[in-house]
Amino acid sequence: MNNPTLEFKSSKPRDESFLARAVRRFRKHRLAQFGLVMLMVLGLAAIFAPIISSYTFDGQDSALLGQPTAPNFKHLLGTDQLGRDNFTRILHGARVSLLVGLSSALIATFLGTLIGALAGFYGAWVDSVLMRFTDVVLSIPILPLVIALSGFLRPSLPLLVLIIGGLGWMGTARLVRSQFLSLRNTDYVEASKALGGSNSRIMFRHILPNAIGPIVVSTTLAVGGAIILESALSFFGLGVQPPTPTWGNLLTGSSDFLETAPWLAAFPGLFILITVLSVNFLGDGLRDALDPRL
Amino acid sequence: MNFSYLTRRALVTIPLLLGVSLILFFVLHLAPGGPTDVYADNPSVSPAALENLKRELGLDQPLPLQYVRWLAAFARGEWGFSIRSGQPVLETALERVVPTLFLGGTSFVLALLLAIPLGIFSALKRYSATDYVFTFVSFLGISMPIFWLALMLQALFAVNLRWLPSAGLETIGDGGFLDRLRHLILPASILAVANIASWGRFVRSSMLDVLGLDYIRTARAKGLSERLVTYRHGFRNALIPVVTIIALDFAGILSGAVITETIFAWPGMGRLFIEAMNGRDYPVLMALLMIGSVALVFTNLLTDLVYSLIDPRIRYE
Repeated sequence: MNNPTLEFKSSKPRDESFLARAVRRFRKHRLAQFGLVMLMVLGLAAIFAPIISSYTFDGQDSALLGQPTAPNFKHLLGTDQLGRDNFTRILHGARVSLLVGLSSALIATFLGTLIGALAGFYGAWVDSVLMRFTDVVLSIPILPLVIALSGFLRPSLPLLVLIIGGLGWMGTARLVRSQFLSLRNTDYVEASKALGGSNSRIMFRHILPNAIGPIVVSTTLAVGGAIILESALSFFGLGVQPPTPTWGNLLTGSSDFLETAPWLAAFPGLFILITVLSVNFLGDGLRDALDPRL
Repeated sequence: MNFSYLTRRALVTIPLLLGVSLILFFVLHLAPGGPTDVYADNPSVSPAALENLKRELGLDQPLPLQYVRWLAAFARGEWGFSIRSGQPVLETALERVVPTLFLGGTSFVLALLLAIPLGIFSALKRYSATDYVFTFVSFLGISMPIFWLALMLQALFAVNLRWLPSAGLETIGDGGFLDRLRHLILPASILAVANIASWGRFVRSSMLDVLGLDYIRTARAKGLSERLVTYRHGFRNALIPVVTIIALDFAGILSGAVITETIFAWPGMGRLFIEAMNGRDYPVLMALLMIGSVALVFTNLLTDLVYSLIDPRIRYE
C-alpha cells in the first residue's frame, strides 16, 4: 500500500456519455447493487402485498386469539396476539414506510432545490434572506420539533410527509446553492443569457442538470432518514395510527411481548434496518457513480 | 485569531436565536389544542372558569403580544412556571439537564474512544478484511433504527439474561455507583452507536486523505518511523476536520436523546419534553427547545474558534 502506483486516466474512452460512465462506475460498487436489488424486491413486495399473501393485514384467525404464535409454515413470521398474520402486516407496513420515506425525501429535495437555486442564482439580497432563514431553521433542534408537531397535529399520512419533508430541506438548499454559485458564471450560462434565455430557463434547463449528481445522492440518503423518522414517530404513537400497519407501529404493539414473543418485535425492525441499509448503500454507490471530479 | 471577527461571529447568534424563538413560539402556539383542553370535557369546570384560567395563563392575549412578553421575560431569565406542575421552569429544566448531560456525556466519551481508534486502524489497513468489516458494520450503525436496537437489547440483556436493568436512572433504594453504572450501560451504548459509526467513517476518510499528501511522503523519506509518521504527521492533521463533525454532533446528543430517554425512562430533558408535550406545557416546551437551539448555535460558534486554534492555516478576517 505504501508504494504509490501511477494511474493513467487515458484508458477510459473519452466520448463516453455521462450516463454510461455513471453506470460503469455504479457496477463496480457491489454493495450499491445489492442495495438496489433489495429495494426493488421490497418495493415489488409492497406493491403486490395482497397477491403475495393470502391473508389481509387486519384479518384475524380466531383460533389464534390471545397469545402471539411463533413463525410456522402457515404464518411465516408468526401471528400477533390478535391472530393477525405478521408477515402480511409487515408487507403492508412496507407500503406506508416506503411511500412516506420516498415522498418526504422528494418534498425535502424540491424545497431545498428551489431555495438553493433561487439563492445561488440571484445572489444579493435574495441569497441573504434565504440563507439566513436556512441558518435559523438549522439552529432548531429538529427531532424534538417533529415529535412535538406530530403529537399536536395527530397528522394524517400526507401531513406527516409534509412535516418530515418540510423540516429536512436545509442540507439540500445549501448544497444546491453552492452548485449554483459555482456554475452561474460559466460560459454556457453566459451564452444562454446572450441568446435571451429567461432566468427560469437558465436555472432549470442549464444549471440544474449540471448539479443533478449531488442532488440525487442527497435525496437517496434522505429516504433512509425519513423512513427511520417515520418509524420512530409511529413507534411512539405519534405517526401513522393503527389499524394501518407500519413498521414503526408494529413495533409498538410487539414491545409488550419481548419476553414471550421476541420475534414479533425483531422482524419489523429488521425490515427497517435492511431497507435503510440498502438505501445508504445505494446512496454511496450513486455518490461514486455521479461524482464528476473522479 | 482576530478579536473583531470573534465579536462579530458572537453577535450574529443573537438574530439567529431570535429567529429560532419566533418560529418555535408561533409553531407551537398555532398548533391546534392548548393547555386548557384537559378541562374542556370536565363538567365540573365551567366555561367561565376555563376563560379565567386562560386569562391567568395569558393565553387570551393576541399571539404577537404573548410572544413579546415571553421573549422579554425569557431574556431576563424569568422562564415562568410550568403549566402542568406549577414548578419554576428554570428549576425543572436544570434538574433534568443533569441526567441528560450524564447520559450524553458518557455516550459521547464512549463513542470517541471507539470511533477514533477504529477509524485510524481501518484507514491504515485499507482494503483489508478488517477494513471491509468495519465499513460494513459502520453502515449498519448509520442505518440502525436506534429505538428498535434499544428494544432488542432490552429484550436480550434485561428480559432474557437479566444482566442489566431495563430502564430508569437507578434502583429505588439503591442508587450506589455500581447500580447507576448498570443503568447507564444500555442507554449510553445505544446513544453512541450512530456516532461511533459515522465518526469512525469520517476519521477513516480524513486519515486516508492526509496519508496521501506530500508531507507524509516527505516524513517517510526522511526516515521517520511509521509510528511517528502515522500519529505525529498523519493523525494530528486528520483530526482537524474530524473535530468539526464531532463538535457539531455534541449538541445533537442533547436533543437526540429524546428517543433513548423515553425508551429507557431516563429522567432527563428528552423525557421532560415528552411529558410537557402531553399537557401542552408551553413554557417548558419553549425552554427546552431554546436550550437545544442555544446548544446548537454555541457549539457551532465554538467549533469555528477551536478550528482556527488547532489549524494555524485558518485565519478569519
